[in-house]
Amino acid sequence: MALLVGSFTIGAILALLALGVLISFRVLAFRDLTVDGSLTLGGAVTAALLVKGAHPVVATCAAILAGMAAGATTGILHTKCKINGLLAGILVMTALYSVNLHVMGKSNVPLLAEKTILSPVRELASEDASTAILGWEVQPQELLVLAFTLLAVAAVGLVVHLFFRTNIGLAMRATGDNPQMICAQGVDVGWMITLGLALANGLVALAGAFLVQYQGFADVQMGIGMVVLGFASVIIGETLVGSRQLGLLITGVVMGSILFRLLVAIALRWGLNPNDLKLATAAFVLIALVLPDLAGVLRKRWKG
Amino acid sequence: MLEVQGICKTFYPGTPNEVRALQGVDLTIEEGSVVVVIGMNGSGKSTLLNAVAGTFPLDRGTIRLSGRDMTRWPEHRRAALIGRVFQNPFSGTAPTMTIAENLALAAQRGRWRGLGRGLGSRLRSELRERVRHMDLGLEDRLDNPIGTLSGGQRQSLTLLMSALVKPDLLLLDEHTAALDPRSADQVIRLTEEILREHRLTTLMVTHSMHQAAHLGDRLIMMVRGRVLHDFRGAEKQRLRPEDLLARFDDVRRAEQLDESAAEMLRTMYV
Repeated sequence: MALLVGSFTIGAILALLALGVLISFRVLAFRDLTVDGSLTLGGAVTAALLVKGAHPVVATCAAILAGMAAGATTGILHTKCKINGLLAGILVMTALYSVNLHVMGKSNVPLLAEKTILSPVRELASEDASTAILGWEVQPQELLVLAFTLLAVAAVGLVVHLFFRTNIGLAMRATGDNPQMICAQGVDVGWMITLGLALANGLVALAGAFLVQYQGFADVQMGIGMVVLGFASVIIGETLVGSRQLGLLITGVVMGSILFRLLVAIALRWGLNPNDLKLATAAFVLIALVLPDLAGVLRKRWKG
Repeated sequence: MLEVQGICKTFYPGTPNEVRALQGVDLTIEEGSVVVVIGMNGSGKSTLLNAVAGTFPLDRGTIRLSGRDMTRWPEHRRAALIGRVFQNPFSGTAPTMTIAENLALAAQRGRWRGLGRGLGSRLRSELRERVRHMDLGLEDRLDNPIGTLSGGQRQSLTLLMSALVKPDLLLLDEHTAALDPRSADQVIRLTEEILREHRLTTLMVTHSMHQAAHLGDRLIMMVRGRVLHDFRGAEKQRLRPEDLLARFDDVRRAEQLDESAAEMLRTMYV
């Protein structure tokens, strides 16, 4: 059961990452690979500041700003320097690896006694207390952390939803939908892409900040494969809600992220070698991307 | 008022694909005047429109609109003063967004876009009235994605969007060329209505001799990146489609003569 609650919590944290990927991948139609670097950047900045004694809220906000800067860099490389979007993301992601090492000073920073944004939540219950829910042994502390994370994700999801109904949010959606049209409506497409990538990577870095404070350490490798994970969550989310309407998609993507975590936990429980996790994730995304086309082809063949 | 002075543009200069699309075009359009541009393929008529819209930088010349020199303005900045309808009916609207959202985007053309609500209830009812006024029966489908509509409906809405904030200049780039005849008629009727109602300064490219003869108060004919004929006032009103076709035949004959004459000279002297 502890495993299940933990999976839920990590799934909820990574829903923030998925929301970021939703903005770049679906709203802007930009395949942004910065994510692998900016998630770690968010974690690294948070850990480094917490170790220096900064307030957890300050550290988390700093992480968001760092992520936004990373996203904006990718955007500027793409729009001003005319570099292919994928390549711009890869360049920033690669550069961030060194940046992250510098920020942390070493490849792994443990948070031992440092106060995190989750500490006040954990202190609401004692550490060794445990209750039984439906016959399962559960630590109230972990449940509180899960509840807090879910609330935070819901709040962020709501903000994202409201943002895309503002004037600037509508313009951003149109930028991904039809750049020619929105340019003719007087919007600078390059600036819109840059701003969108900054927001997306700000969310990704926020996920990194939360993750580090939840698991109690930052690691320079923690971002590897995260962009694929984000794609997986978005794809699951779209399948769950069966709609391209943004409000529903946001809900779907959060559920998708949590569901994917649960699937991973179950697979590991059934004996999936943890080393094969990334391979399985990549295979899953591949299948999800190919399946709709394949289904169409097969349907046509059966009919014909 | 639009003032175009001596604009030149050569695409792919110095390569075998070199195209001298505009070779010194001068054109002044008075406030409220509707100018129709015709010409054969490759005559530079669409290039002229795109030059005014700011799709590419010019080699030479200046473009002023309402007294402001916008030669060096990027495309999106010019869009604050210019309304556009494209040839492709899918170019002017964002397909996955709803009709209402598309219109709301156009209602902010050239204005600061901040964190204010994009589609409030007041704007919504105002847009609904505008759509009802068009008489397409779309006022009850405002929340449908615009991508579910036909090309003609989308082009009509693009037209409405281009005039939602009154532009200093309206650019119509063969905006009925990709439509079936019935939709094309409908869009042309709507065009006339909007031009009359708002008295918009307009530059309209068309391939239809019928439209060219019947629309607008001035007509220019472009050949090889230059303005060859400029019909105004009573002369424009007298023009019939057959006259225009005859002019085109003249041009074609003149060009054939040019080439055969050049060939003759080459065989004689080279």
